[in-house]
Amino acid sequence: MSIHSIYIVSKSGGMIFNYDHNYPKVETERTFNFPLELKLEVRNKKLIVVFGGQKDAVCAGQTLLSINGKPICEGPILEDGTNVVEFLTNEANFPTSLKFGKSRMSTNEKMFLGSMFYPLYAIASQISPEPHSSGIQIIEAENFKLHCLQTLTGVKFILITDPKFVGVDIVLRRVYEIYSDYVLKNPFYALEMPISSTSRSMSQCVPGSFVSIQIVVSVKITSILFREVMNIRVSQTFGCIAKTFDILI
Amino acid sequence: MTIYNLYMFDKTGSLVYYGEWVRKKPATMSKEEEGKLVYGMIFSLRSFLLKISPTDIQDNSFCYRTSKYKLNYYESPTGLKLVMNTDLNSSPKDLLKSIYAQIYVEYVAKNPLSLPGEYINSELFAQKLNQLVSMSPIYSQRNL
Repeated sequence: MSIHSIYIVSKSGGMIFNYDHNYPKVETERTFNFPLELKLEVRNKKLIVVFGGQKDAVCAGQTLLSINGKPICEGPILEDGTNVVEFLTNEANFPTSLKFGKSRMSTNEKMFLGSMFYPLYAIASQISPEPHSSGIQIIEAENFKLHCLQTLTGVKFILITDPKFVGVDIVLRRVYEIYSDYVLKNPFYALEMPISSTSRSMSQCVPGSFVSIQIVVSVKITSILFREVMNIRVSQTFGCIAKTFDILI
Repeated sequence: MTIYNLYMFDKTGSLVYYGEWVRKKPATMSKEEEGKLVYGMIFSLRSFLLKISPTDIQDNSFCYRTSKYKLNYYESPTGLKLVMNTDLNSSPKDLLKSIYAQIYVEYVAKNPLSLPGEYINSELFAQKLNQLVSMSPIYSQRNL
């Protein structure tokens, strides 16, 4: 029962925040003899298995992570500079222990995925056989569940958890609260820009999501708040301001 | 417990069959355009899920829920894609598998006159499909 990762997608569709809480590591390390029964190819400066292997052990799509315990850097080369492809074609280096696994996504890939979710959400409400359908709220796959909360201002909070997780609504609402407290009330934050994870707020508060709130009081708070509430219906504006005043007082 | 509609796509993406039982919102575009939209959407959604998944996906089906309906997707090993929209409480994974195994394989794949990629015009197929769907526990009296 765990949360894998959190993504926040802005109103215009770009990803503005990503946090990986508990990403399960899929790695297998085995000793291989020459010649390798797997076919490896260089893609995006990484060595990827394109053919071979069994379903439970090393399979197609996995990346070569380390050789004999030494991690592989971009290139693909080892830390001491030796070219990995040459290393693997040289029979003298075998038997060697190779570790394969699913490589972490780069920030660019995560931004790409986060932005890809936005049109899928919109099309889901278009192809609906019932009128007035919302977009995608939950996606269930075999080994994970994706939950999405779309706020009234169009910001989407996406949570990827394992299938047995309960209480997602509470977590999503809490993340929304933290977002509105730490991001929107930050006077230096520009709307729909990526949230900087070096600022103390989001990256520290999201994991400890039940820590008490410390309000950042600033001269510009009211102007930021009005800018945010302009997007919400007028009847809720007063409720929102009243709530903030309650917290401040 | 209702079944709204069913789309079937072959591995190249052309709409092979569309079956409709309940449709409250009228279609805003032609059947072909809607088929292309749905196919594009499930194709992108599938590659999105493969990338974002923390471990490798072995199963070839998934589903998503909105506030009003649930879309269930099943892909056969030969690349035939079945997309079924149902209400929020149904779980028609077995129904989709039996549609493929008992109806498609029997009445389309084994039909010597059917060409791959062509729309299924066979009345026998439509009749058997309606029979199977109406016998399933997910299908409610309201659909009749």
